[in-house]
Amino acid sequence: MSKRLGMLFPPVAVFVAFVGLWYLYSGVVLDEARRKITLPYFHDVVDQSFLDGENRGELLGATWTSAWIAAVGLAISIVLGLLFAVLMSQAKWVERSFYPYAVLLQTLPILALVPFIGLQIGFGIKARIVVVVIISLFPIITNTLFGLKAAEQGHHDLFTLHDSTRMTRLFKLQFPSALPAMFTGFQISAGLAVIGSIVGGLFFGRGAVDLGNRIQLYVARLRAAELIGAIMLSAALGVMAFWLFGYLRNYFTASWNEAE
Amino acid sequence: MIDVARGAGAVSALLHVNVQVAAQALVWHDLSVSEGQLTRTDLDRLLSFDSVSMVFPDGTHALDDVSFDVHAGEFVTIVGPSGCGKSTVLRIASGLLANSGGSYELADDNLGYVFQDATLLPWRTVLKNVELFDELRGGDKAARRSNAMKTIETVGLGGFEKHHPRRLSGGMRMRVSLARSLTMSPQVFLFDEPFGALDEITRQNLNEEVGRLFKALNFAGLFITHSIPEAVFMSTKVLVMSSRPGRIIDSFDVPFEYPRTSDLRYDPEFARLSGEISMSLAEGH
Repeated sequence: MSKRLGMLFPPVAVFVAFVGLWYLYSGVVLDEARRKITLPYFHDVVDQSFLDGENRGELLGATWTSAWIAAVGLAISIVLGLLFAVLMSQAKWVERSFYPYAVLLQTLPILALVPFIGLQIGFGIKARIVVVVIISLFPIITNTLFGLKAAEQGHHDLFTLHDSTRMTRLFKLQFPSALPAMFTGFQISAGLAVIGSIVGGLFFGRGAVDLGNRIQLYVARLRAAELIGAIMLSAALGVMAFWLFGYLRNYFTASWNEAE
Repeated sequence: MIDVARGAGAVSALLHVNVQVAAQALVWHDLSVSEGQLTRTDLDRLLSFDSVSMVFPDGTHALDDVSFDVHAGEFVTIVGPSGCGKSTVLRIASGLLANSGGSYELADDNLGYVFQDATLLPWRTVLKNVELFDELRGGDKAARRSNAMKTIETVGLGGFEKHHPRRLSGGMRMRVSLARSLTMSPQVFLFDEPFGALDEITRQNLNEEVGRLFKALNFAGLFITHSIPEAVFMSTKVLVMSSRPGRIIDSFDVPFEYPRTSDLRYDPEFARLSGEISMSLAEGH
């Protein structure tokens, strides 16, 4: 119990210090008029965003929309990422052909690309999902590819000695040995998927309202308390996505992974 | 014939997994006795290297004109300095590496191979690791489970079936690796310096364990090691390899009876033979 308390204390202390600085800045530096439209007190943010029934409903509805857009985009990224990684691991020419473009995908400034995506496929939900896929695909490809190629030579020798087929080697050796790296990729991408979902919402307003749409609206109407509430929910969503895949990685690999 | 019968009895008592190999050994002994031959024949030659050489693509000349035979009932150990190509011999023997010159023959591809590292798949339990080879060969699930359970018992790891390798000591991992190869009832067993990373006591225990299995299961062994005492303790014959490019520069028959116990290490004859091998090794270095 005391160990758990000991582990909880540092982040809680940082949070308390952060909120303290927040109060200090809002109360001392800002006058009341500016405070209301830039940085309201912490308790005002909680009050207006989460205790007010109407606002809470709006924000939670938007969070749910952002969450499923991120989930659908991430699922597509996982399927595509695994597929490309497997193909690249099986044939050097595939890796040489596609890997540079996977890198390019990662280095493209997503904000510059988003309007272009809108022009191509419209400004609705589909475009937001595409943004999520673009932003979350690369870590899955690189981590899975790294994992598939990192199976030990001694283990490969065992399979060679028994004339194993490529598929046997892939499913009985490379995939299991790649699991920790794969889940690390999923974990990174899960956080990025949430970011992609919200960035997409900042640009694409058609269809269900998500956190990105809400953030746009709150900025336009100078509703700082709800804006901060939306940012808090975005952060919570990202943390939950990251935690979920961390939990899954532990569930599937902690019993055997030497590095855990 | 009495010895042979006792050996066959030990097989059934200990294992029940290698009846076929034991039967082959019996046939060979019968032939030898009936024909009055004391020398080894082609019939019982299980592994043969004939002027094998190996030059790697980067130009490294690893082996030069390596010739030796391993017969049924023999446990041959190759000793030599680091980097002399000992492991290359095993990789060629197993087919993992193609030799660049000479030829080699293996009587049966039912090969046991224990690597320097235990090479256990960390995501599999002990039982699933031991089942691996039967699984790769498409063996029936019930049969491979029963085979694996028997070999796990044989190497003294009963009760650890559901453990993952990370929870085992280095010595236990090596036992699992041994058990995994034993599921194939190999006629020829290759050991690539398997105990080099273990502490001395565990290493000596495993030396005795492998010696016991060698006699009980009648496989032929080809063992690689740096350690001269280990080579003498385990083998019927010790081959000395020169530094790179590796050549067989000397051969020593080891006369001690099996089963060999740790007392043997204090035998003056053991010390004398170890000294001779050591001198040969130093001359070829």
